[in-house]
Amino acid sequence: MTGLLGSRPGSGARRRGGSTAGRPYSGIPAWIIVLAAAGALFGLLPLAAMVARINWPQFIPLVSSEPSLAALGLSLRTAAASTALCVLLGVPLALVLARGRFPGQRLLRSFVLLPLVLPPVVGGIALLYTFGRQGLLGRSLEVAGIQIAFSTAAVVLAQTFVALPFLVVSLEGALRSAGSRYEAVAATLGARPTTVLRRVTLPLVLPGLASGVLLSFARCLGEFGATLTFAGSLQGVTRTLPLEIYLQRETDAAAAVALSLLLVAVAVIVVGLSYRRPGPAGPGSAGRAEPARS
Amino acid sequence: MTLSVEAAVAARRFDVSLSLGPAETIAVLGPNGAGKSTLLSVIAGLLRPDSGRAEVDGRVLFDLPLGAGQGAGSWTAPHRRGIALLAQEPLLFPHLSALENVAFGPRGAGVRKRAARDTARRWLAEVDAGHLESRRPGELSGGQAQRVAVARALAANPGVLLLDEPLAALDIQAAPLLRRLLKRVLAGRRAVIVTHDVLDAYMLADRVLVMEDGRIAEEGPTRELLRRPRSSFAAGLAGLNLVAGTVTAGGIRSAEGLEFAGQHDFPLVPGQAGVAAFPPSAVSVFQNEAHGSPRNSFRVTITDLEPHGDQIRVRAGELSADVTPAASADLGLVPGLDVHFVVKAAAVAIYPA
Repeated sequence: MTGLLGSRPGSGARRRGGSTAGRPYSGIPAWIIVLAAAGALFGLLPLAAMVARINWPQFIPLVSSEPSLAALGLSLRTAAASTALCVLLGVPLALVLARGRFPGQRLLRSFVLLPLVLPPVVGGIALLYTFGRQGLLGRSLEVAGIQIAFSTAAVVLAQTFVALPFLVVSLEGALRSAGSRYEAVAATLGARPTTVLRRVTLPLVLPGLASGVLLSFARCLGEFGATLTFAGSLQGVTRTLPLEIYLQRETDAAAAVALSLLLVAVAVIVVGLSYRRPGPAGPGSAGRAEPARS
Repeated sequence: MTLSVEAAVAARRFDVSLSLGPAETIAVLGPNGAGKSTLLSVIAGLLRPDSGRAEVDGRVLFDLPLGAGQGAGSWTAPHRRGIALLAQEPLLFPHLSALENVAFGPRGAGVRKRAARDTARRWLAEVDAGHLESRRPGELSGGQAQRVAVARALAANPGVLLLDEPLAALDIQAAPLLRRLLKRVLAGRRAVIVTHDVLDAYMLADRVLVMEDGRIAEEGPTRELLRRPRSSFAAGLAGLNLVAGTVTAGGIRSAEGLEFAGQHDFPLVPGQAGVAAFPPSAVSVFQNEAHGSPRNSFRVTITDLEPHGDQIRVRAGELSADVTPAASADLGLVPGLDVHFVVKAAAVAIYPA
C-alpha cells in the first residue's frame, strides 16, 4: 500500500489528505465533518441532558415500582407480538413489492409506507374507525363477540400499524439489492417456488430481514399516539411504557426520567443488535457481499 | 426425441426456430444484442415469448398461439422443465457450501439429504472439485467456482443444459481447463452453448447457429460453417485457421503430418489432442521454401482464391492466408499452384482439446 494512491504509514504528509494510515482515501471535506459532528451532538445532547437529571439513588425503586414493571412487561410482550405480526404480513408484502410486477404496484408501496409519515394519532383514529365498536369491521366483530378497541389486542394492532413499514422497507431494499438471479438459477435446477423462497431468497436477505425485525421491534416499543387513541391507557392492559412515562411526567418527573432512560437503554440494545455484523462464516456476511460483487 | 423451439418476442425483435437432437450440442454465435441470451431465457422459461411453441422429448414447454391473449395457451414453469442454466458467473448460492450447492438440485427433486450429498460428491469428483466440497463460494477462485457450478447444473440431471458464455468471466489459465472439462461432460448430452469464442464452438459443438438481429442468420455443422461462412459474422470468426491434431513437445502435429510450432499459456501433455489457431493475416505466401526465423513452413496446393475485404484470401484445403492483390499478382497465384505457407510460431496459439 505504498503506491500513488495508498497512504504510507509514518509519512509526514499523510494527515493533509484526510486519510489515516492503513485506510483508503475517503475524500470527505472538512466542513462536512463539522456538520456531521453537529448532527451527532444534536442527537446525543438531549440524551445526556436527560441522564443528568436522573435521581440515581432513587433509580432502582422508581423503575421497579409495580406500575413501571407492569408497563415494561406489557411493552415487551406487545412489541414481540406486533413484531411477529409484522413478519407475517411484512415479508409477503416486501416480496410482492420487490419481485412482483403488477398494475398499481407503486400506489401499493406508497400506501404501505404511509404510516412512516402519518402522525400516529391519525393512525389511531383510522384504526378506531376500522376496528372500533362502530367501525368498518368492528361491528361485525362485535356480533361475533370480539371486541378489539381498548384491549391488549388493540395495542398490538396499533404497534403493528406503525411498525410494518420499517420491516417492509428494509426487507424490500435487501431483496432488490440481492437481485433475482440466484432465484432464477434455483428454479432452473428444479426447485419449486416455495423451496426457492426457503432455501435461497430468505437466507440471502437474512441480514436485511433481521435489521427490519429489530427496527420494527424498536418502533413498537416507542409507539405512543396510535396506542393512546385506539387502545387507551389502562394499567396492565394497554398502558405501555411510553404511556406510563407520559402519565408519570404529570405527577412524578423523576419517575418519568428514570423510565425514559430504561426505554432508551432497551432501544439502544435493540438498534445496536441490528447493526452488529454476523461472523465471516455466517450466511449474513456472504449474502451481503455477493450482490455487491455481481 | 428432440428439443424443438419456435418463439417470437416482439419487443426484442426476436424470432427463432430451432431443433436439437438428443445428444447434440449446438453453439450459438453472434454479435452482442443478437438475441443469444434471449434464446436461452426463452428455453429455460425465464422469459415468456409473445408467441411460439417448444417441446422437449414430446413434453410441451410452452404453446402460445399467435394472437392469443395473456393467460391463453400452455406454459411450463422453469422448475418443471428439466432445463439447467449455467451462466457466465457461477452464481453459487453464497450461504451454502460447494457440496450443498451441488446437492441443491437433487434435494429440490425430493431426494433425501444423504443420497443427495452422495450424488453431489460424485459430480464434484467428476469436475475435479472433490477437495473443495466444504468451501463456501466466497473461498473459491473463479475457475473453481465455475467447475462447482457445472457440477451443480449436471447434478440436477437436466434434459437440456444451457450454457451462457460459461468461459467468458474466467482468466486465461482457468478457461482452457474448463473448456476441456466441458468437452468431457457435454459428450453425449443435449446442450446449447452461447459463446463469443469460435474455439468454443469448434471444440464443444456439433453444430453452429449464427444469430444476427434476433434471427438465425445461418446454421450448419461446425467445421462446414466455419470453412464456408455465409453470414458476415461467421466470416469474421471463420477467418481463424484451426488445425486439430496431436500435441507434441513444441506444438501440434496435424493428421496430415504437418508440424505447427506455437505459443501456449498452460502446460501441454505430448500425445493428447490439441488445436493450433492462427489468423490468415499472419500467414505469408512464398513460391519457394522460406529461409530465416519462421519455423512453420508448409508446402500446400492452392484450392481457391477469393476477395476478402481489400485482401485476397488464399485457401489451401483447411488453411488460408491473406495477401494483397499486388502480391497475389506478383506470385501469379492460381488454384492448383504449389506454394509455401509460412507462419511465425509467435502468431500460433496452441490449445489442448
